[in-house]
Amino acid sequence: MSRAPGGGKGAATASALSVQAVQPSEGPELVQLLTPEGERVEHPDYSLDLDEEAYRGLYRDLVMVRRIDTEATALQRQGELGLWASLLGQEAAQVGAGRSLTERDFAFPTYREHGVAYCKGVDPVTLLGLFRGVNQGGWNPRDKGFQLYTIVIGSQTLHATGYAMGIQRDGADGAAMAFFGDGASSQGDVNEAFVWASVFQAPIVFFCQNNQWAISEPLERQSRIPLYQRARGFGFPGVRVDGNDVLAVRAVTEAALERAREGSGPTLIEAFTYRMGPHTTSDDPTRYRLAAELETWKLKDPIERMKAYLSRSGMGNGEFFDQVDKAADELAAHIRAGCLALADPDPITLFDHVYAGGSSLLDEEREQLATYLASFEAAR
Amino acid sequence: MATLTLGKALNEGLRKSLEDDSKVIIMGEDVGRLGGVFRVTDGLQKDFGEDRVIDTPLAESGIIGTAVGLAIRGFRPVCEIQFDGFVFPAFDQIVSQVAKMHYRSAGHVKLPITIRIPYGGGIGAVEHHSESPESYFCHTPGLKVVTCSNPVDAYWMIQQTVANDDPVVFFEPKRRYWDKADVDTVTASRELWDAAVVRSGTDATVITYGPSVKTCLEAAAAAETEGRSLEVVDLRALSPIDWPTVIDSVTKTQHAIVVCEAPTYASLSSEIAARVSEKCFFSLEAPVFRVTGFSTPYPTSRIEEDYLPDLDRILDAVDRSLAY
Ligand SMILES: Cc1ncc(C[n+]2csc(CCOP(=O)(O)OP(=O)(O)O)c2C)c(N)n1
Ligand SMILES: [Mg+2]
Repeated sequence: MSRAPGGGKGAATASALSVQAVQPSEGPELVQLLTPEGERVEHPDYSLDLDEEAYRGLYRDLVMVRRIDTEATALQRQGELGLWASLLGQEAAQVGAGRSLTERDFAFPTYREHGVAYCKGVDPVTLLGLFRGVNQGGWNPRDKGFQLYTIVIGSQTLHATGYAMGIQRDGADGAAMAFFGDGASSQGDVNEAFVWASVFQAPIVFFCQNNQWAISEPLERQSRIPLYQRARGFGFPGVRVDGNDVLAVRAVTEAALERAREGSGPTLIEAFTYRMGPHTTSDDPTRYRLAAELETWKLKDPIERMKAYLSRSGMGNGEFFDQVDKAADELAAHIRAGCLALADPDPITLFDHVYAGGSSLLDEEREQLATYLASFEAAR
Repeated sequence: MATLTLGKALNEGLRKSLEDDSKVIIMGEDVGRLGGVFRVTDGLQKDFGEDRVIDTPLAESGIIGTAVGLAIRGFRPVCEIQFDGFVFPAFDQIVSQVAKMHYRSAGHVKLPITIRIPYGGGIGAVEHHSESPESYFCHTPGLKVVTCSNPVDAYWMIQQTVANDDPVVFFEPKRRYWDKADVDTVTASRELWDAAVVRSGTDATVITYGPSVKTCLEAAAAAETEGRSLEVVDLRALSPIDWPTVIDSVTKTQHAIVVCEAPTYASLSSEIAARVSEKCFFSLEAPVFRVTGFSTPYPTSRIEEDYLPDLDRILDAVDRSLAY
C-alpha cells in the first residue's frame, strides 16, 4: 500500500516532527524589508518609505497588540474568560495588514485577528464578550469596518468576496480583506471564494496567516506547494511575505489593496509566520510539536526586530520604549477592568435578535420561560 | 471488566474495531498525532499507522466525500467531525451522497461509513461547539443515527456501528466524555438498535437520549423523594427508534415526557411526541410534554444552563403531566 503524503514519517519521532514543521520557506520568494536582526533591506518590487513617527507607531502597535493578548491570556487563566485564541507571534502580520486598511476597507476576520481589530479602532474589550461567554460578538461590523469573528473555518472568505462585489457594484472606492489560516486554505469555501473573486475581479485581498499549524496539523497536511502559489491556478497573483516583518507586510498589503481598489482584482498574500502559543487556551502543543521549533521562531520575533531597527536607526530610545510600555500597561488595565465589567446576560435575553421581525413561536417560548423563572422568585 | 470514562470507552472500542477489521480506517482533523481534541482517538495512529488513522486536510466535505470513495473501494471509514457545528460543510456529501448511494445503486453499493460527532452543550464553549443537530440527520432517509449516554454503551455501540453496513451518524455526548463506569468488555449488553429502560417506574415515562439521560436519571431520583416513580427510556438509536420499548413503557405509565437539548420545532422530539400520541392514544392521561432547548441559536455559555433542560424543568413537566 502506498504511503500517505508526508512519506509515512513516523508520527511520534522527534526528527520527523521538526522536519515537517519548519518548511523550506525562506527562499528568495519571501518578501522582507527588515531582517530578524532588525536591518533594513531592499526588495525589487516592494518598498516602504514612512516618516519616523509612522515607524514608531508601528512598533507601538506591535507592543499594544501583544499586550492585549497577554492580558486576555491571563484573564482566561484566572477564569474570567472561557477561552482565548492567542495571536502571540503574529503581531507583525496583523499590524502590517491592519494599518494598511483604511476606513474605506472592510475586514473579515477569523477568531484570532485581535491585532487587526485594534488597528481598525475596535476597543479590545469588545472582543472579549465572545470569549467570556456573555455574547456572541454583538458589535456592529459597520462601525469600524470589522466583521464579527467567524469560527467556522473559511466561511468569511466568501462573505468578504460578496462584500467586495458590492463595493464594485456601488462603484465605490474601497476593498475587502479576508483573513484566514493555513488550515483554512483546504476548505471548499475558501477555494470557492478564490474562484468568485477571480471571475468577478472583485476588489479583495486574501490575507492568509500561515502560522505553520492548524491545531495539531502542520502545513504539510494542507498543501504540497507554498500557499501563495495557489493563487496562480485561480487566475490572480500570490505573494509570500515575511509575516514577522511588519514593514514588509505593510508594503505588500498596501500594494495589494491599491490593486484591488483600482479594479485589477484579487491578490493572495501568504504571511509566513508562526503561532508561538497554543492553538487556544484549551490546547496543549507539547503533544504535537517540539520546543526547539518555538525557540527557532523566537529568534525571528516581530517585536524584537522592530525595536532593534528603531534603536539602531536612532528613531527610538529608552525613553520612547518606556513610554510605549507604559501605554501598554494602561491598555492592559483598561482591558481587565472592561472584562470584569462584562456582566452575565439576563437569561430571558436569549430570545432577543433571533429575527429582525420577531416570531410568534419565540414570543410563546419567552413567555413560558418568564413564567417559569418567576415561579422561583415567588417560591423564595 | 474495566473502569473507563466514556471517552476512553470510545477509544477502546475504536481500537477493537481497528484490530478486528483491517479495512477500518479513521479519518478526521487532529485525530492522529494529537489523538483528537477530546483524545478519543488517542494512541491509535501510533499503533495502527498513518495509513489507517489519517490526519486529513481541514475540509469536512472532503472528509466525508473521500470516505464515500474509500467505502466504494471496500474500506470502512470512521470519520470524525471535530464539533457538532462543523458538520455543515459536509452536509451536502452526507445528505445527497452518503444517504442515497445504496438506494441509487439498487443495493449494489454499501457505504459502511461511521460519522462520529461530539454534540450537545454544557461545557462552557464558544458558539458552534454546543449544538444538537441530530434532527437533520434523523430526517434524512438513508441515514441511521445513534447516540450513547454512558461508557458501556460507548464501548459497544461504536463497535456495532463500525461493523454495520449502513452509513450511521454516531453522536457522542461531549459533556459526558469524562463520566466513568465499569465496562464489561467481553459481552455486549444489547443490540445497537434497542432502546434501554435505564430506570423502571410506574407514574410517567421520560423518553430521552445522549447527554440528557443522566439529567433525567437525576430527575427521577429527585422525583422518588417526592413519591413519584419515573421510568426513564434511553433511546440509544434515534433513527430508527425502537418503538416497541417506548410504546410499552408509555402504555404502562400513561404519561410521557420527552427530554433533549435540541429545539422542538420540526424535530426528533416532535416525531416522538407525534408517534407516541398516535400509538398510545387510548392509554395517555396527558398530552406528551417536551422539555428541550429553545427555538434560538444555541446561546452564549453564561446562560446555557437556562437553555438546557435541567432537573427543575423536567420535574415541572412531570408535575404538569401528572396534574392532567
Ligand atoms: C469548519 C470547521 N472545522 C473545524 C473547526 C475546528 N477548528 C478550529 S480552528 C482549527 C484550525 C484552523 O487552522 P488555521 O486555518 O491554520 O488557523 P489558525 O487557527 O492556525 O489561526 C480547526 C480545525 C472549525 N472551527 N471549523
Ligand atoms: Mg494556522
